[in-house]
Amino acid sequence: MNLQALFEPRTMAVIGISLTNNRHPANVIYHKNHLRYPVKVVPVNPRGGELQGERVFTHISEIPEKVDLAVIAVRAEYVPGILSDCIHAGVGGAVVISGGFAESGRQDLQDRIVTIAREAGFPFIGPNCLGIYSPSLMDTFFLPSERMVRPDLGNVAIVSQSGGILVDQMIKFAGEGIGLSRAVSIGNKALIKELDLLNYFAQDTETKVIAFYVEGFGKHEGRDFVLAASKCLKPVILLKAGKSPGGSRAVSSHTASLAGDYETFSTILFQYGVVEAKNELELVSFCESLSCYQRSIEGKIGIVTGSGGHGALAVDICSSHGLSVPPLSEQAQREIRKNLSSSVQPIASVTNPLDLTGSAVDDDFVFATSYLSRRPEIDCIAILLLPYLPGITSDLGDRLSQVYQQEHKPLVAYVPHVEKYRMLIEGFELNRIPVSPSIEGAVLMTEAMRRSKPC
Amino acid sequence: MLSTEIKDIISASKERGWVLEPEAKHLCSLAGLSVPRFVWETGLEEAIGFARKIGYPVVAKVVSPLMLHKSDMGGVVVDIESDEKLSEVFHRFSQINGFAGILVEEMLSGVEMIAGAKVDYQFGPVILLGMGGTGVEIYRDVTMRMAPIGREDVMSMVRGLKAHQMLEGYRGSEPISLRDLTRTMVSFSDLLMELEGLIESIDLNPLLCTADRCVVADARVILKVENAPDS
Repeated sequence: MNLQALFEPRTMAVIGISLTNNRHPANVIYHKNHLRYPVKVVPVNPRGGELQGERVFTHISEIPEKVDLAVIAVRAEYVPGILSDCIHAGVGGAVVISGGFAESGRQDLQDRIVTIAREAGFPFIGPNCLGIYSPSLMDTFFLPSERMVRPDLGNVAIVSQSGGILVDQMIKFAGEGIGLSRAVSIGNKALIKELDLLNYFAQDTETKVIAFYVEGFGKHEGRDFVLAASKCLKPVILLKAGKSPGGSRAVSSHTASLAGDYETFSTILFQYGVVEAKNELELVSFCESLSCYQRSIEGKIGIVTGSGGHGALAVDICSSHGLSVPPLSEQAQREIRKNLSSSVQPIASVTNPLDLTGSAVDDDFVFATSYLSRRPEIDCIAILLLPYLPGITSDLGDRLSQVYQQEHKPLVAYVPHVEKYRMLIEGFELNRIPVSPSIEGAVLMTEAMRRSKPC
Repeated sequence: MLSTEIKDIISASKERGWVLEPEAKHLCSLAGLSVPRFVWETGLEEAIGFARKIGYPVVAKVVSPLMLHKSDMGGVVVDIESDEKLSEVFHRFSQINGFAGILVEEMLSGVEMIAGAKVDYQFGPVILLGMGGTGVEIYRDVTMRMAPIGREDVMSMVRGLKAHQMLEGYRGSEPISLRDLTRTMVSFSDLLMELEGLIESIDLNPLLCTADRCVVADARVILKVENAPDS
């Protein structure tokens, strides 16, 4: 099945337009695409008529040009007929927004649309979903544009079983400056499942990181998914919901009791090199980090900071994640101290973590970061910045990013995320250095690189 | 391909839902796993005859289709040193509900491990290795892999156990045979792949491991419930 038409349609029909209710999901989808995206969008309703001066087609087959994508937002019982119509009219694929299928006891209806589509080799997303958001191309989410927070165009594709979680993650991505290539809400995933999208995004040139929110796989689908993920050359990140055992199932063997559903799930993800995010913070941190760095590291972290407390907390978090913070040799310590500014020289702590103290200036951070970038015992540097220190300027983000451009050793940064420090943060982010609003998040970014399989 | 003998054991146990221990052990040995020397007898004289042949001490276990968890119900007696003791145990067992004989086997020692298998709804056959014995669910020191597994997987599973140092020789203790553990696990994995559609889970617990070999001292094979909903 070719999914191209779903993600890059030139012409899109919205089926189920209301002539009387402009807040109908189909109308929201029609308007946002009509007014704000390059895709040509055509309204369809069996009654025909006009929608704000545009002709409403009564049937998909009436539309003169080839329709790449049909967005279907009609009552569930009409969906099988409309899918058949789309297939006969040569439409490339569909997004079925409508609910009222397996999630509300109508497995039979869902099976029917799957059979119809499968026989024709016709791809559709859903039902019971928001569908597809292709930044700057099209958007089938029935959420008014002004209510949505849209991340920049970037290289992370995210696929979610839950539409709500997906939209929430988009807000977080926007807040952290993580760019999105595609977002897909797959709802009941009746036909197109995680595996199909993994295979599609593995080939998609715009996508470098593939993230999933999964509540559960179907029978044997977990096996097929991890086998495909292990062959994928791009990092695959997965957040699993429903970790606690459901109900009190009688368990007759020790193995069944020890190898609970979630334990099994988590272990097998690890076995096949899928980066499991345990929670939303990990998901966002991993996506941000791997969208900048796709190479894996061993996890030998150099820490540069202006505060002993920040360094100590970061070391604790590193050790709880099995990341090492290697000590520096006497000679390295002497060389670092010699090159620091005169006010910092006598008071800095020049071991790892490298505490440049509250008297540090930009040059001290730049020197320390460059120096650690050249040390073989360090494979990633976490910079914990305190932008309120008097010697630190807004230029430091950009200057440290240049260190990465020269040395190519991955850098991650912590900067408190308040508007006042925006320029400093953008100095990093616009130069593709990931920045976290928490020390833990910064450490998690290094953890992401360690867990990502080498490619 | 499954041997006819293995298929026969499984189909004969279908109604019960699990395989009696002597048959489960027989199944294991057909799959290339080591098991203790044992007999399954309904008469006392034959049981004593076997115990004398292999030499005391021996282990006795009740065989009853009504008793899946034998040791919780006093159905396992170890370190039996004499004919008298064995006959006493035999008489007690014969009062147990569903008594279908006594299993007498050689008494072995070694590090108690567990090798387990289950057929997971989402991932299919999954294999488990860990520290076994009766405390298995207290220590919970286990690792898992999606089956089939190879030699390298077994080594990484061993390294993933908290107790791995104990297995590799700790403070003067002899290391277990990782070579035979690997052989055992790979054979077990092959068996699991063959049984995928027929079983729900398997416990080989304890799997007794010494410097020379690994022996399945008890085996519990739970069969898939026919026509069960996929879960």
